[in-house]
Amino acid sequence: MSEFVLEMKNITKTFPGVKALDGVQLNVRPGTVHALMGENGAGKSTLMKCLFGIYKPDGGEILLDGKPVKINSAKEAMDNGIAMIHQELHPIRFRSVMENVWLGRFPGKMGVVDHKAMYDKTKELFEDLGLDVDPLALAGEQSAAILQMMEIARAVSINAKIIIMDEPTSSLSDREVEFLFKIINRLRSENRAIIYISHKMKEILQISDEVSIMRDGKYVGTWPAVSLTTEEIIKQMVGREMTNQFPVREDKPSDEVVLSVRHLSSPIKKSFQDVSFDLHKGEILGIGGLVGAQRTEFVEALFGLRGIESGEVEKDGKEYKARSPRDAKAHGFALLTEERRATGIFGILPILENTVIANQKHYAHLGILNESKRVAEASEGCKELNVKAPSLETLIQNLSGGNQQKVLIARWLLTNSDILILDEPTRGIDVGAKYEIYTIMLEQVKQGKSIIMISSEQPELMGMSDRIMVMCEGRVTGFLNKDEYSQENIMRLATMFASHNKAAAD
Amino acid sequence: MAKHVAREKYDRFLVMAGIAVLVIGALLYLCQTLPALSGIKSALSLRKIYDLPIFLMIIGLVLGLKGFISSKKHLGGEVVFSSKNFSAFLTNNAILLAMLVLVIVICILQPRFMQIRVALDILTQSSTRLIIALGICFTLLIAGTDLSAGRMVGLASVVSASMLQTATYANRFFPDLPQVEVWMPILAAIGACMIFGALNGFLVAKYDMHPFIATLAVQVMIYGACSLYFDMPPNNSQPIGGVRPDFAALGQMRIFQTGSFQGISILIPIAAVICVIIWFILNKTVFGKNVYAIGGNREAAVVAGINVFRCIMGIFILASCLYGIAGVLEAARTAGATNNYGNGYELDAIAACVVGGVSLNGGIGKVSGIVIGVLIFTVIQYGLQFINVSPMWQQVIKGIIIAVAVAIDLTKYRKK
Repeated sequence: MSEFVLEMKNITKTFPGVKALDGVQLNVRPGTVHALMGENGAGKSTLMKCLFGIYKPDGGEILLDGKPVKINSAKEAMDNGIAMIHQELHPIRFRSVMENVWLGRFPGKMGVVDHKAMYDKTKELFEDLGLDVDPLALAGEQSAAILQMMEIARAVSINAKIIIMDEPTSSLSDREVEFLFKIINRLRSENRAIIYISHKMKEILQISDEVSIMRDGKYVGTWPAVSLTTEEIIKQMVGREMTNQFPVREDKPSDEVVLSVRHLSSPIKKSFQDVSFDLHKGEILGIGGLVGAQRTEFVEALFGLRGIESGEVEKDGKEYKARSPRDAKAHGFALLTEERRATGIFGILPILENTVIANQKHYAHLGILNESKRVAEASEGCKELNVKAPSLETLIQNLSGGNQQKVLIARWLLTNSDILILDEPTRGIDVGAKYEIYTIMLEQVKQGKSIIMISSEQPELMGMSDRIMVMCEGRVTGFLNKDEYSQENIMRLATMFASHNKAAAD
Repeated sequence: MAKHVAREKYDRFLVMAGIAVLVIGALLYLCQTLPALSGIKSALSLRKIYDLPIFLMIIGLVLGLKGFISSKKHLGGEVVFSSKNFSAFLTNNAILLAMLVLVIVICILQPRFMQIRVALDILTQSSTRLIIALGICFTLLIAGTDLSAGRMVGLASVVSASMLQTATYANRFFPDLPQVEVWMPILAAIGACMIFGALNGFLVAKYDMHPFIATLAVQVMIYGACSLYFDMPPNNSQPIGGVRPDFAALGQMRIFQTGSFQGISILIPIAAVICVIIWFILNKTVFGKNVYAIGGNREAAVVAGINVFRCIMGIFILASCLYGIAGVLEAARTAGATNNYGNGYELDAIAACVVGGVSLNGGIGKVSGIVIGVLIFTVIQYGLQFINVSPMWQQVIKGIIIAVAVAIDLTKYRKK
């Protein structure tokens, strides 16, 4: 018997033009949580996809319990006792929860599915994990958090000895993360190995036994988690010392109100209701809350993407009604959306097109584009934001998440908007790029622009905002000034559920 | 204003209403048939309502059974009548309701429409279309399409008819071919289609070709191959005739033929059986679930360990098998074949599927919807012919129906 349940030796993988993995190793002991860390583009997900049979490594070998194996498909990986929770994997929306859980291994005989067995097994599995979800409900109607829990339940049900979790907490609230950790602890006590990928330092230090770090497709090293600190991990990940997570804010917002929102309500009862606040010139207003607090829905309504039932908005003292994003743009709004890949980038278009797309009219005369002007402004914008790319002709899908985000910010800066709405501006991007984006934000407010930033990362919320507005179930539950900032205060406001209060009142 | 009614009460009401309609139908029927009541018959001029009493009895029976089955399930809860639910009901069943209105209008304009014979004609005409639509729905469910369906129908009809001619017929396709068992040429015809179906599947699954292009290429190939076959001496592109009566019976036979009742075409039970089989495959088998999964989210299907290649191959082969069956039935029904049989059928089938709620984006679609989609088109075509609407106007109306039906259907999924 080998000491390790999994050994990956000297794994190499090359994509056209990029060496994604260069002689990477990973040794995982049974009954441990092994964190895999690295900046985006470091090759963590690629390594896991090699293990799960989605990619075929060009070189190296994989040993399970000391025996070399070849894994050519996801099915073979699962047959070998490997399960994976995928990052950003969407469910099959129009099928039931239970079908999503048992996809690819439906219970039954001779190709005929046994629905009753499937229902019973799902029920049992959910009860065992303490999940209260109807197995027959449509997957598309569930919240992101429930879908993520469903994925976790699915991985558990495969009964694997190695479970890969790629960013399992990206759409979970703190309470749900704790729930997940309970499940992880149980799996660990059952002598299963868990490979845990996350960017959240706190989680890593809390749950993992060992930490392996990768940088630029290479293996850096493995340490016991107890011997590491956040600073140490960051240092190993970026290859240099990072003293500050946030740049220093030198100026203060002015008192001039640029945007005033009064009693804004959505036509959908469960969405945002009665939202009021003032945004000042040069201010960064953070919006905190749990997943499902309707923060995204609110800013999308402000940007003309969703309907508004009642309430008023004043921009620079004049009434503003957002009927469409075109309207919003004309009034100086910019929205950096939460789902970069789905609603941000045009993956198959070059950086140039991605940068100028929101400002195209500006370069046209009688509908004919002025190419040199486009290129000049795009290259200046990208240079200003320090976008790292070979040229403007590079397809944006080939850039790292951080650089994509910078291109998107450049896109909106070109439109000369004075209210930037940033929805999770640093989700899924690495530490170095985060810092750069923070710097860009500060530069913008210095120039007199105002920022509304939604963030689910509390350190970011507290590190960057001048004021924090917290929402819960679509209502604003409170504002916090700088001297009131603490994780506890934000959580208290973020969990002021109306249903709970009602129950308490009864 | 919302009105809440307990489910039990609602079910009881359904049963009562069903019985009431049934009784009215039965009474009218008695008035029509019993000589003793002929006085009432002429007084109410009941001859003019044709078979309406029988339809009433069937509707009553269905309503009553629906209530009865629902009450046996003890679902409990309430049925809410509110303007919101009502408008949801309208959107969900818009096209069905539109068809109902059309049928009533036709019945008023031309009471002869209310005959069992008409209903059976409509079902018969729907049969082969339904089989093709059921085949094509698989390819639509994976967000694909199949443009080769119509030409496969033609291929199957030519191949089967060419080998099933009477020994005495002058222009035999194969003058020296012995009188083989009926099933052998049928299998050959369906097999030929399945080979092309496998080619479709291979192009799509192996090279990740868009089904539109892959099946377009194969469609052209099939037509060419079929025409070459059709042009072989001594036939030289003559329409194939002289089909053996035992083969023609497959499409023309009528069952339950008694007295004045002209019987039910054999095509109706054949289509019904295929319908049940396809429903079973889609809802009860791993293959069916995988089809929905691949259509709903292909990436998720891949990482769940589904063999996407095999599944896509299966889809196109199964679909081509259904086209083959439809082609054989067409040849039998018309007792002949040419290489132009089936031309354009795929577009009718796609239209019927889409009107029946199958999403072109994949992952959504039910057999019941497809049945309704096919029936709607046949009813409209038959009904408009019945009241002498010109074929050109029929085309215009058909097009409007496709556009409106899909527009209404999409509002269901639209984000607010």
